[in-house]
Amino acid sequence: MGITINDVKHVAILSRLGLNDEELQKYEEELNDVLNFMEKLNELDTQGVEPTSHVLDIHNVFRTDIIEKSLDLEDVLANAPDREDDYFKVPSIL
Amino acid sequence: MNKYEVVIGLEVHVELKTATKIFCGCKTEFGGAPNTHVCPVCLGLPGVLPVVNEKVVEFGVRTGLAINAKVPNYSKFDRKNYYYPDLTKNFQTSQFDLPICEHGYLDIEVDGIVKRIGITRAHMEEDAGKLVHSGKTISSSDSSNVDYNRVGVPLLEIVSEPDIRSSEEAKEYVEVLKKILTYIDVSDCKMEEGSIRADANVSVRLVGAKEFGTRTETKNLNSLKALQKAIEYEVERQIEVIEDGGVIEQETRTWDDEKGITLSMRSKADAHDYRYFPEPDLPPIILTDEYIAGIKATLPELPESRKKRLMEVDDLSAYDANLVIAERFLADFYDEVRKNIDDPKLIVNYLMGDYYRELAAAGLDFKNSPVSTNAFIELLKLLQDKTISGKLAKDIIPVMIKEGKNPKVIVEEKGLVQISDTSAIEAIIIEVIEANPKAVEDYKSGKGNSIGFLVGQVMKASKGKANPGIVNELLKSKLDS
Amino acid sequence: MVKIREIHKQLINREISAVELAKEYLARLEISSSKFGTYLSITGEKAIEDAQVIDEKIASGEEIGLLAGIPMGIKDNISTKGIVTTCGSKILENYKPVFNATVVDKLYNAGGIILGKCNMDEFAMGSSSENSAYKLVRNPWDLDRVPGGSSGGSAASVAAEEVVFSLGSDTGGSVRQPAGFCGVVGMKPTYGRVSRYGLIAYASSLDQIGPMAKNVEDCAIVHDVISGYDKMDSTSANMPSTKTLDIIGKDIKGLRIGVPKEYFGGDEKVLNTLKKALAKFEELGAIVEETTLPHTEYALPAYYIIASAEASSNLARFDGVRYGVRDWDQKDVTDMMSATRDKFFGKEVKKRIMIGTYALSAGYYDAYYLKALKVRTLLKRDFDEAFKRYDVLITPIAPTLPFKIGENIKDSITMYLGDICTVTINLVGIPGIAIPCGFVDGLPVGMQILGKPFSEELLFNVAHKFEQSNDFHLRKPEVK
Repeated sequence: MGITINDVKHVAILSRLGLNDEELQKYEEELNDVLNFMEKLNELDTQGVEPTSHVLDIHNVFRTDIIEKSLDLEDVLANAPDREDDYFKVPSIL
Repeated sequence: MNKYEVVIGLEVHVELKTATKIFCGCKTEFGGAPNTHVCPVCLGLPGVLPVVNEKVVEFGVRTGLAINAKVPNYSKFDRKNYYYPDLTKNFQTSQFDLPICEHGYLDIEVDGIVKRIGITRAHMEEDAGKLVHSGKTISSSDSSNVDYNRVGVPLLEIVSEPDIRSSEEAKEYVEVLKKILTYIDVSDCKMEEGSIRADANVSVRLVGAKEFGTRTETKNLNSLKALQKAIEYEVERQIEVIEDGGVIEQETRTWDDEKGITLSMRSKADAHDYRYFPEPDLPPIILTDEYIAGIKATLPELPESRKKRLMEVDDLSAYDANLVIAERFLADFYDEVRKNIDDPKLIVNYLMGDYYRELAAAGLDFKNSPVSTNAFIELLKLLQDKTISGKLAKDIIPVMIKEGKNPKVIVEEKGLVQISDTSAIEAIIIEVIEANPKAVEDYKSGKGNSIGFLVGQVMKASKGKANPGIVNELLKSKLDS
Repeated sequence: MVKIREIHKQLINREISAVELAKEYLARLEISSSKFGTYLSITGEKAIEDAQVIDEKIASGEEIGLLAGIPMGIKDNISTKGIVTTCGSKILENYKPVFNATVVDKLYNAGGIILGKCNMDEFAMGSSSENSAYKLVRNPWDLDRVPGGSSGGSAASVAAEEVVFSLGSDTGGSVRQPAGFCGVVGMKPTYGRVSRYGLIAYASSLDQIGPMAKNVEDCAIVHDVISGYDKMDSTSANMPSTKTLDIIGKDIKGLRIGVPKEYFGGDEKVLNTLKKALAKFEELGAIVEETTLPHTEYALPAYYIIASAEASSNLARFDGVRYGVRDWDQKDVTDMMSATRDKFFGKEVKKRIMIGTYALSAGYYDAYYLKALKVRTLLKRDFDEAFKRYDVLITPIAPTLPFKIGENIKDSITMYLGDICTVTINLVGIPGIAIPCGFVDGLPVGMQILGKPFSEELLFNVAHKFEQSNDFHLRKPEVK
């Protein structure tokens, strides 16, 4: 299944990557290469095979509902590109 | 007859009543100075990992059992990927194909008709942060501020089947759900604090049509009134579009409470594709049958079952039963009193009558009232053995509420014990008859209701302490003789 | 003099102070790292302060651990409180974590002295360290060649003896392959053996932090310190840390070694070196047999699907809102996020995000992601079968010698194919150690020894036995 320039645009929007036309074209080519390479998996019949998301056989890892110290405000905002008072500041949300 | 049928499904987000967040130890407390209830984990700083709060799982199971759902033995978390500045990781850790519970239902009653509303599923997830806009609305602001205190607060999203057919049913469904959730103590369900909010999926179709119409989803309805109004608005809007030959677009809308309208929320980068996949940072959850049974054993009797019991065993009317089960505290209070007082109607009359009225007057409610079940039981016992009259009880109740005193003590302190001594009452009756010849005359000439006046005079003269039953009896025999 | 035990002895005998040691290493590192591009930041001031604390402990007669005073380098995707942690990316150019990774806390507690943050492929995506947004890393054995990646800085730094040991991270071979290319020892522990808390995630279900050192024993000492259960990592195995030093030196007579034939398809010179090493194992009393891991050829595409998919989600948080850099020319938040990510992520990172996003998107999930997870199950079964018959498996680390800088960077598929020997191990979660097994044309050749989950101690012992039979680990690159 070939990937079209529209697919690339859609994926770029989903990924929040503001690619220009030149980049889109380049990625169309490269993504097709990589996806072709991945097509190899279709040779394999995996019907009835359970997927493995976790290699370790562990389950029920829980913490108890006990309050722990939060971060100091200045540490919270230490790396903020922009702040207003004690908030993170972002440009307009349209 | 209406030409259109309304089809509604609700997604109700319930904030769970845990001390800490779903994946870290920050507190969930409402309010707090901005960005003070956050840590590296909920802030999604690079390199952090989540650890599930066991209480959230427990509450998920509790809820599942209370809404008649199946709690599967295997459950897992997934990532729901989308970008929004109120998220700290640009994905929400939620549950996709294997939620904590599935296939439940609730029974609701509208206009005396009981109806079963299916519940597709309930899943655990994390809440997002709060955006504060610099301007009056989102669109008129050139910047926004973000407070991440709410990020990671545990939520349960309860998704109904499209079984709801009117805004009244929708409201009733949420009411019943709220009642259950507060009964099982998993949420405060405070709509004003956003601890329960609903998204409404609404569509309309011609009556008799088999296929559903295209639906819209109206988000973040945080009061029952908003829920009802938004649904009503959406129904009208959709019918109008269709009648005008238009087509309903499947979209997300928002409710503008001030204007009373829903608005389209489409944004340019809004491509709905959440790319769910299993959360690699969280191992699956395996719940044994024993664990589930253990939680089931701790569930209180649920409101519907209580109502049935109150009507069938205690012979209360549906109206009275509903009043009593309205909240868990009150229902428990009733049950406790009922163990000692074998007169359900008397309990309800006082509980929902004088007692409730006086509480309200004092700015209190059942829960924060200083009156203990024992004090209330004593009050009813004093009434039952005629130590006090209903009229005296009216005077005693405010004192119980105000001073937190035991009714017996109040009775003794104020000398309020009812006079049941016939000779004492007889003396007063004689005085009253002598002082009111006109009324006596009326009674004798057949105006039966003038006896009421005379009883009143006797009670007044006794400062309310005379046993009204005895007064009535004695007065009658005196006048008739 | 670079062995941890030797330095430890010198420190407690007061033949050298921790401060002197730190200064000596720093002086060398300053010059050397500018040649090899091994460091993104050097933390000299902190190193001296930390060394002073160790000296005070020694002076007061307090007992110190083996790692106390030992100079180390930390890969720049491992969070260090107050020390810029860039992940080799422009998007985190100014990012100073407010907390330490669990492994960093463990090393600090053990007295390790951090000299700096090691250069790497951006977000650990790459096999040559050419994807660093800042500068290239050069192979100390040949400056025109790559050191491997993504932990190229960590490996080259150890090879050039700028530090005694370093930490890398291994998602598809990023510890083992650079260790092989640079002629050092590197361990990729069992998934869950070492806490990932504070490791800036590339692919969460594959990532593991691993130690690198000049010799097996040093590597084992570090592994013993950094491994063990961490309540901050839900995928951490509830097991105590390794105690390798108790078993190192044990005999390997009768050890059953499987040699999976699917891994022997590379450069003739590399394979011949491996064959010699296998003969050496037979001399040491091990039983060496050819075996098969039939699904090997499917591992690489499965790996790139799973790793890219997880990366597309893990890297979503870099959006210019809470930390890192921001593009200031945008008026609305969506444009700001898109512009920031486009401008400050490198080409390879963007490509993998796109691939991963595509593989997870509606309509493609089953064909790509789900399929890859199923292939992972088949690969796991291959290994389960093999480990019924063998104690360890031995394979090459890479099909080629260290390649020339610029040689593969233009062609992703060729670059990806270089990972053919390493990615499967991450997909199935087992441990693998890389050690030098010979030299060809003056360039090191590495081999990897693989074991069952949680068999790190055995792997260290097997590697150690081999190491002691040759002088490969004693050779030094001629630094001009």
